[in-house]
Amino acid sequence: MPSRDGVGMPMWLLAEVTYRCPLHCVFCYNPVDYAKQHQELTTEEWKRVLRESRELGAAQLGLSGGEPLLRDDLEEIVREARSLGYYTNLLTSGIGMTEARIAALKGAGLDHIQLSFQDSTKQMNDFLSSTRTFDLKMKVAALIKQYDYPMVLNCVLHRYNIDHVQQILEMAEAMGAEYVELANTQFYSWAYLNKDQLLPTREQVEHAELVTDAFREKVKGRMRLFFVMPDYHATRPKKCTNGWGNLFITVQADGTVLPCHVAGMLPGMTFPNVREHSMEWAWYDSPGFNRFRGDGWMKDPCRTCPEKEKDLGGCRCQAYMLTGDAENADPVCDKSPHHERIREVVERTKLAVNEQPIVFRTDRDSRDLMKQCGEGGLKVDERRLFEPGATATEANTRIGRTPA
Amino acid sequence: MSDEPVVTVEQVYAVAKLFRLQWEPAQKAHVLLYPEGMVRLNQSAGEILKRLDGKQTIAQVVADCEAAFNAQGLEQDVLDFMAGAIRQGWVLRV
Ligand code: SF4
Ligand code: SF4
Repeated sequence: MPSRDGVGMPMWLLAEVTYRCPLHCVFCYNPVDYAKQHQELTTEEWKRVLRESRELGAAQLGLSGGEPLLRDDLEEIVREARSLGYYTNLLTSGIGMTEARIAALKGAGLDHIQLSFQDSTKQMNDFLSSTRTFDLKMKVAALIKQYDYPMVLNCVLHRYNIDHVQQILEMAEAMGAEYVELANTQFYSWAYLNKDQLLPTREQVEHAELVTDAFREKVKGRMRLFFVMPDYHATRPKKCTNGWGNLFITVQADGTVLPCHVAGMLPGMTFPNVREHSMEWAWYDSPGFNRFRGDGWMKDPCRTCPEKEKDLGGCRCQAYMLTGDAENADPVCDKSPHHERIREVVERTKLAVNEQPIVFRTDRDSRDLMKQCGEGGLKVDERRLFEPGATATEANTRIGRTPA
Repeated sequence: MSDEPVVTVEQVYAVAKLFRLQWEPAQKAHVLLYPEGMVRLNQSAGEILKRLDGKQTIAQVVADCEAAFNAQGLEQDVLDFMAGAIRQGWVLRV
């Protein structure tokens, strides 16, 4: 199927197969209102999503969550994906991985496992994910090698672990990781609520980058290291998702199709659901996917900016969160009249103490926050993280497939 | 440069384990897939890589390509491509 109207193909499909998760990461990228009423897609519905997306050109599949291992049909989903020709990536915290499952996933054709660590030390890992999981993750890392998967180690960096980059890299080397992603926290969802706690200082970021560069030199040819800068310390925004509806497509646990996994919070938009529409309609024809394609929606300063093709005005969600208008320039850009909002957060990193409490991602907190938001609580920018009308429901109403 | 790979026609190569080579109908091209990434290959790169089966020598790959495309004198092109592919880690010597 050829692409239409100069729109790129959705080559990268992210399937957030469940929002259930045993961890409670402070930087979790799931929507803050993830505990709202929803029914997870069934196995057959996921298979249809895979088939239709493959026909549109999808080749990379990310199976993520929540914790995707909590779906007991994960092996079946992987088998279908592999037989359709996807390169299948499992993005996991490792919780729930056993030798029997890793072998079954191999048999089903899983290509690669990305294991996320919060830090190289047990205490920090357990604190930042609010669980006791470090030893278990080490075991899973060994299983990944034993079953001959390429291993990508992912560590989300922030103020509390960025000074440990050397130890994190040494741990990754000892585990035999082929790739290491040191991704500075991007401030969406739960991380946005915790941004004053999590944003590192500029000095911390620069030091971590130097350490990473030196290590990269040392392990050249054996390991690849990626260091993702926190954009709050930049003066130009990133080209978010390589352009809205231009390469990436996300399907959420309940079947909502999004151009990026946090776009659901944008106001006044309706996004398609696979229970009502085909993936083809969602990608090419739905109003949600066409809303920010190209540059016709831009306002000044982006509209007349000579650099607009480079970053397409940055991230729509970041513009909305920080300025209240998704058509504004991403305030990371220093040409934005709202750039001050970013500077303020950066300035606050210089304070020695920070009395804001840290929020862990839990079902209870998600429900509490929805309630507070509904009652007009929270700060105005924090209220923007919630989908209009999202209401809390009991956790067990969200599960799609009951274990056999 | 001292670490420039030296490729000769009697050597044998295969696509490295970390990569999967496949034909993508939607892109009408061969691609190399790897963890969270994809390289779209031009036609000649695809034709060379798909012949690196860990058994044929480079000389045989060259002869095979010349026969398939009814062309002559492809050896240097193949050797140049191979040097680049080694640097990228796409192929390994068997
Ligand atoms: S970021 Fe942490 S809490 Fe969020 S889904 Fe991943 S493992 Fe679970
Ligand atoms: S003004 Fe807009 S288009 Fe120009 S660099 Fe800034 S964000 Fe990008």
